[in-house]
Amino acid sequence: MLQKVYKRYRYSLILLRELVITDFKLRYQNSTLGYLWALLRPLFLFVIIYVFFVYVLNVSRGVEHWGPALLLGVVLWNFFSEVVRQGLKSVVSSGGIIRKINFPKYIIVVSTSLSAIINLLINLVVVAIFAAINGVEPTWGLLAVPVFILELYAFALGLAFILGTVNVKFRDVSYIWDVVSQALFYGSAIMFPMNRVVEINYNVAIALLINPVATVIQDARYYGITTTVDTLQGLTSNPFLIALPVIISIATLYIGAVYFHKRSPYFAEDI
Amino acid sequence: MVKAKKKIAVEVKNVKKRFYLPHHSNNSIKSAITQAFKPKRKGGDSFYALDGVSFSVEKGDFFGILGRNGSGKSTLLKIISEIYQPTEGTVSHKGKLVSFIELGVGFKAELSGRENVFLNGALLGFSKSEIESMYDDIVSFAELERFMDQKLKNYSSGMKVRLAFSVAIRAKADILILDEVLAVGDAAFRKKCNDYFQTLKDEDKTVILVTHGMGAVRDFCNKAIVIENGKVAFEGSGDEAADEYLRLFDKDIADTSEKNKEKRWGDKAVVIDDFNVDTDKNNVRVSIVAKAGPKALSNVAVGFRIKSAKGKVLIGANNLNVQDTTTIDFAANETKEIEFVLPNILGNKTYIFSATINSSGGTATHDWWENITSIEHKRASGGRYPLIAPAKIQTRSSKKK
Repeated sequence: MLQKVYKRYRYSLILLRELVITDFKLRYQNSTLGYLWALLRPLFLFVIIYVFFVYVLNVSRGVEHWGPALLLGVVLWNFFSEVVRQGLKSVVSSGGIIRKINFPKYIIVVSTSLSAIINLLINLVVVAIFAAINGVEPTWGLLAVPVFILELYAFALGLAFILGTVNVKFRDVSYIWDVVSQALFYGSAIMFPMNRVVEINYNVAIALLINPVATVIQDARYYGITTTVDTLQGLTSNPFLIALPVIISIATLYIGAVYFHKRSPYFAEDI
Repeated sequence: MVKAKKKIAVEVKNVKKRFYLPHHSNNSIKSAITQAFKPKRKGGDSFYALDGVSFSVEKGDFFGILGRNGSGKSTLLKIISEIYQPTEGTVSHKGKLVSFIELGVGFKAELSGRENVFLNGALLGFSKSEIESMYDDIVSFAELERFMDQKLKNYSSGMKVRLAFSVAIRAKADILILDEVLAVGDAAFRKKCNDYFQTLKDEDKTVILVTHGMGAVRDFCNKAIVIENGKVAFEGSGDEAADEYLRLFDKDIADTSEKNKEKRWGDKAVVIDDFNVDTDKNNVRVSIVAKAGPKALSNVAVGFRIKSAKGKVLIGANNLNVQDTTTIDFAANETKEIEFVLPNILGNKTYIFSATINSSGGTATHDWWENITSIEHKRASGGRYPLIAPAKIQTRSSKKK
């Protein structure tokens, strides 16, 4: 059974592996410190964000360990944004290969998302360092964080499939997404805690938290760093509302995969 | 003799492929919205690159596809390789199919030769360990031992092709599709290509080859088709198809060349009334019907010229310079038919004829009809290079004392 599955997906796995490695190699070409930058870059960026948003513009609103919580949000957002943005571009930028050989096209989108996962893991290590310095106590709740990341990944991958496919025919998508993603960024309470929105208007906070990106970030903060942040479960007891972000994520992935699968045989001639 | 029934490896059934020719490229949402409200235009904006192509390739066949640029052969290849989807019809194949529309697909200029071997190998379905086990062979075949850690952007185009080819020939497949691979490289590289083809032939692999190199088609293909305007124009052995392809090409030059336009001049004292060319296995018969005007004329030279499709004069003759010379005189308003019979030494090509009527001394041109007609000649029989020209062979030997 397992061998059968392996045989069927053998080509995809080989290709996936090689594409991810290639992407990683190309990214750090010609730099003296090479792969070290994968770690150094977020480290320096986080120091800047940390200093500015904790010491200069503090909007912590009573949230404990706001520094690491902020960074965790930034890291998750970057991950989401990278998966969608790279996925959106990936199909068109692989036009050269698509026009010359036949291979499972989803590999292209999945391989860019795997590169994003590698980056996420490196970034999470840096966040863990900040959290440790900040005195965050590790709890069993940490084990729930990967589940939320999975939810975010499903949502991002689904969007990447949809936008990558649409981009083949309509290149405007890239600009539209730039605008939409800015709205999502500010609507997901990343640089400020959701508690601030709750202070202003409870219903708006609920509406924002329906968005899987916002909910995943608040949930990850809650279980990973501090229970003082507001989450969807904390604000409402309506089971449908609580389930909605998960449903949206899974539905997006499903629709994206089906749509991509349906359109992918025509990529070669449409690009 | 009963021929054992062979298995079909690739089957192409009535494949059509339509492409749209947009007047403006339609890839922004604005144009999609504005277009959506306009009535859909039919016809005119699309064309069939393939228009009902059917053929089957049997297991073990070395199958050639010939065709001019734009004839649709690359589209056909992409459909067989499942890169394009047919608009109508079906394509099926049995066994693992690997296609090389281009060598070195996915090569990255910023990576080293070594890294590119692994990447290119992965596209062919080889795992890292599989490539590792044949890495040394690949490198030595490409003769690039010293350059493998060099970035690909510093390779010459010849080096890139050698490396790509060296990886490509490792591909394990039941059916191989090769497009124009031979078109590049120097003599030594082409020799390697030919050796590879021979190996494939010896191993009884199914190969579909698209090429402009007639040599490869004649030497390797047991079957071939000629594609013209999206249709199968000819199907036969490699030799036959190559001949047909050259003939088509020749015809086109004959049809389009400015030099081959009809021209006629002269004083019309005698005019050409009719001109006919007839060929059979042994002879070419050229008959000219000439008609004199109200004045009688004596000693007229009636003749013809045969030119190649490219407009080069091959043979010329008239009644005064053939083996049995005759004098032709015309009474007033007389019509005469003159027939020349010469051995048929024409090949499978297009020939263009001109008819000429001059005064015997060449001082006056009565009627010169340049490019009066053309024929597409097909040899009734004969091998690949028939030599039936009336040539004599003499051997002389001498010994020094």
